[in-house]
Amino acid sequence: MIHFVLLISRQGKVRLTKWYSPYSQKERTKVIRELSGLILARGPKLCNFVEWRGYKVVYRRYASLYFCMCIDADDNELEILEIIHHFVEILDRYFGSVCELDLIFNFHKAYYILDEILIAGELQESSKKTVARLIAAQDSLVEAAKEQASSVSNMIAQVTK
Amino acid sequence: MAAASASSSSPSLIDTLFQRSLDDLIRVLRSSSSAALEAAAIARALDEIRREIRSPDLDTKVVALQKLTYLASLHHFDMSWAAFHALELLPSTSLPQPRAAYLAASLSFHPSSTDLLPLATHQLRKHLAPSPSNSPAVAAPALHLLALASSPDLARHLAPDLLPILSNQSSNPLRPKAVATALRVLAVCPDTAPVLFKPLVECLSLSSDPRAVSAAIGAFCELALAAPDPSPYLPLAPEFYRLLVDSRNNWVTIKVLKIFARLAPLEPRVAARIVDPVCQLLRRFTAKSLVFECIRTVFSSLLDHDAAVRLAVDKIKEFLASDDDPNLRYLGLQALNMLGPAHSWAVEDSREVVIQSLNDTDTNIRREALRLIMGMLCDSNVVDICNMLIKYAIKSDPEFANEILDEVLATCGRNVYELIVDFDWYVSLLGEMVRNPHFAKGDEIERQLVDVGLRVRDARPELIRVARNLLIDPALLGNPFLCKVLSAAAWVSGEYVEFSRNPLELVEALLQPRTNLLPPFVRAVYVQAVFKILAYSFISFIEQIQAGESLAIGNSLNQRGGKQEGSDLVAAKSSSDQNNAFEIGDGVATADKAILFDSIEKQETFKHESISCLLNLIETVVGPLSECGEVEVQERARNVLGLILIIRGTQFWNIEEGHELTRDNKITKMVELMESAFSEELGPVSTNAQKRVSVPEGLILNENLSELLDILGDDDINPCASVSFSLRNHHSTETNQDSATAIEPNSLLAEHRKRHGLYYLPMDKDKSESNDYPCANEPLLPVSHGEDTEDIVKLPAQSLIPEKAKPTKPRPVVIRLDEGDGVSSSNLSTAKESKDDMLSGAIRDVLLRNEKKPSSTHKTSSDRTSQRRENDGSENSELISQQKESNSFGDREHGKSSSRKSRHHHKERIESSGQNRDNEEKSHRHSAKSSHHHRRHKHRQRGDAPLDIVPQSPVIQDFLL
Repeated sequence: MIHFVLLISRQGKVRLTKWYSPYSQKERTKVIRELSGLILARGPKLCNFVEWRGYKVVYRRYASLYFCMCIDADDNELEILEIIHHFVEILDRYFGSVCELDLIFNFHKAYYILDEILIAGELQESSKKTVARLIAAQDSLVEAAKEQASSVSNMIAQVTK
Repeated sequence: MAAASASSSSPSLIDTLFQRSLDDLIRVLRSSSSAALEAAAIARALDEIRREIRSPDLDTKVVALQKLTYLASLHHFDMSWAAFHALELLPSTSLPQPRAAYLAASLSFHPSSTDLLPLATHQLRKHLAPSPSNSPAVAAPALHLLALASSPDLARHLAPDLLPILSNQSSNPLRPKAVATALRVLAVCPDTAPVLFKPLVECLSLSSDPRAVSAAIGAFCELALAAPDPSPYLPLAPEFYRLLVDSRNNWVTIKVLKIFARLAPLEPRVAARIVDPVCQLLRRFTAKSLVFECIRTVFSSLLDHDAAVRLAVDKIKEFLASDDDPNLRYLGLQALNMLGPAHSWAVEDSREVVIQSLNDTDTNIRREALRLIMGMLCDSNVVDICNMLIKYAIKSDPEFANEILDEVLATCGRNVYELIVDFDWYVSLLGEMVRNPHFAKGDEIERQLVDVGLRVRDARPELIRVARNLLIDPALLGNPFLCKVLSAAAWVSGEYVEFSRNPLELVEALLQPRTNLLPPFVRAVYVQAVFKILAYSFISFIEQIQAGESLAIGNSLNQRGGKQEGSDLVAAKSSSDQNNAFEIGDGVATADKAILFDSIEKQETFKHESISCLLNLIETVVGPLSECGEVEVQERARNVLGLILIIRGTQFWNIEEGHELTRDNKITKMVELMESAFSEELGPVSTNAQKRVSVPEGLILNENLSELLDILGDDDINPCASVSFSLRNHHSTETNQDSATAIEPNSLLAEHRKRHGLYYLPMDKDKSESNDYPCANEPLLPVSHGEDTEDIVKLPAQSLIPEKAKPTKPRPVVIRLDEGDGVSSSNLSTAKESKDDMLSGAIRDVLLRNEKKPSSTHKTSSDRTSQRRENDGSENSELISQQKESNSFGDREHGKSSSRKSRHHHKERIESSGQNRDNEEKSHRHSAKSSHHHRRHKHRQRGDAPLDIVPQSPVIQDFLL
């Protein structure tokens, strides 16, 4: 299974973290520090796998962002690379040629998308279309709820409460 | 604090209206240029958040929570204190609020440290309940939270609530999510297996939504991989097989292959069935991930099937040959690594690529290649491969060079040197490793040098030769990484001096001027080695004389003068020869010559002059050490000086022709004493040795030691002077010898210079430069890097393949202690495993019960599968009837208890979906249920013992066509 997902920028800034195995906050900080040191130091044209504490970390660089996933030693590395690519393609489709800034300012959206793809460290949805549809449906629901909340009658109800 | 909370409990409307949004926060953080500014901005934001999050207005609260989530997940701030606020927002009816709360909770809740977790139970159940008011937009994050943060209690309480979603046949997008969640719930709380397992199995069926199938396969893959014993999943093999053949989804196929890799070793028929499909996948598919998974499956579980292995090895060759994709090369090496020595032909086929990978730009690939090569080692190829690697290590970068040394040391030393036949070779290899320019493995080499000495008697002559070569080289002394090795070499030279060809040379090496660069603890070993060698030389000298006494001695006297000169010449020549040999780096070729010279030398070693020369040398160098600040060194130096004193003190020493006085009692006694001091051989000590010593009767180990104080006090006053090592005596001799020592150093230095002239700088050099020896570890032959790999590829012409050539000499005896020696005892029983055992036990229980008591749904599914099988054209009606027979047989045998169990259980489930209103009643039910769980669990354990073993094998047979 996937133990965690990290998005790290080339400067070592963390852009997204998702933990599927229980790590305490302290361990998380330590893991991120260790791995960003390990991965950012690797040059281009090397293999995309790093052994780390008995696990394997599969990473791939897209522009200035490193997408890293930590897996068990007997998991399939190439499959994870495909999952990473899958995730990136979905992000790309959703944001329209995604860039780092999109992820910075829509950080919860990125989480919702990731949650549609992976649950509990397992790949959930292998169809890009379906994910796009699900996310769009959620967005419209949320928008509708927001509109309702900001409607005039609602505001009046709140003030007079 | 009180004021703060008072103000924060009622944030003004202004606060609410002018609250900074998440975007504002992100902008502020991005615009802060320095780290200090950023930290200040974050601190300010945290203050705001603490105030805003207490607001009664939910919108304000949500925004605060979002900001906090952002800071926690990307800037690693602890947000466990806000757990309650996240829980507060869960029941909100406005969609964005619970979603933000779920996001915060799933990112920050920790199953063991979040103690508010039980508070979420009710809300989670509400969101999971299949009612039209619940949109999947909240049910999905609820499932997500349950998967990530479920404690055993939470898992147990909410497992029944997963059922409606799990068994929903329509293509509900929540179903695959529920499957993944169920997997985590099962992992956390194995007790839930009876509830959750059957719906999971049903997800595999043909009619299910393909996404549910994919999720279920993922779940079973995790379960089978994590279980210490995957046999409970064997009955599901037909379902998996169907997916393996039919599935068009690579991701599913990969998972199925993983499951089969676990199942195949358990049941040879499974292996036989899947070989063909796997080979077809290998041939047909181009997706590398799938091909790689097939290869892994073959290498891990189908090694008996030659055709498959050959096919997989061919694919590996393709992987290894892909120059543009380092991933494939890495994985290819890794896969080859799984094969082990039994299939070394596969590695041999790609030998060149493997060895060239040692030179790859990627350290991971290099490491993998190294691991692979080490994995191929066996006693017939160890010599070639290790020689090759050590030569290679000289040219590689420092980190990797030490990795190579590490691997070689670890592999050769494994299990008390089980791979090594030729210890002479191994010992000289150890010596060679030390010459590596990047050498940093002093500790391990030190241990092995001493260990081989203790364990392998036959290796000692070579060991002392290696030790001598190390000790004699002054350039090694300045290297801090080597002092451990030198310490071992010094110990060896003292302990096994009887195998030395020239003890005097050893003493000179041990006392050379640059030894003052060594740390004191090594210096102490050096001095002690000198002590041993001196004792040995003196004893040999006396024995030589005693032996010679019976012969005619007179004639040798006349010739001595001339011969001495000659031998000096020879000695000088031989040592310079050896030095040259060093420089060239082929010590072997000149070793024979050296033996010849040394044997000539040795006859002349223990003459009166040489001994006295030795004494003078030792006295000169060790003398100052007796004032050394380090007690270890000082004490040992005094011992040595004391011994010299005794030797000098004997009457015999003052008389020219010693043989007359060897009958002197004092000398014989002394010789006996020294012999007895060092003659006893040291052996390896078992780690458990101390335990085996029985406590003698009457010895009370716990007794207070205060009585010893008196004795100790006495000791202080009267230093034991029996061997006259006393301070006063020593001083007097030193003054006596003053005149001698004044002359000695120069002559000795001159001699040393003559002998090891190579290592001395020209006379006119400044003293301050004396440390600038030529770099000790210069590669011996300058080799251009371009031809490295070609050289290396040529080197082991047949090295990787195990040759069956007879070793030229039999393996020497290696002393090996029975227990606790070299073999690390592995304690495999861990808490996790026991948990897994529980899980697989529970699952086995569920599956077997399914077999025996098909419920209506199961009946249809099994009917369907049997129909499918008939459609497949396999002639298995007989087997099916057998299966039915065994089912009914199982029914008869276990029907009663299990039916009671499951019926009861069924009722529970109905209850759980039925009554969702009353909280109190529910909690009551929970407690009742959990206690019931315990009872049932116990009951099952009791009843299962025979059930596990007896009916299982027939059940498996039925499925495996």
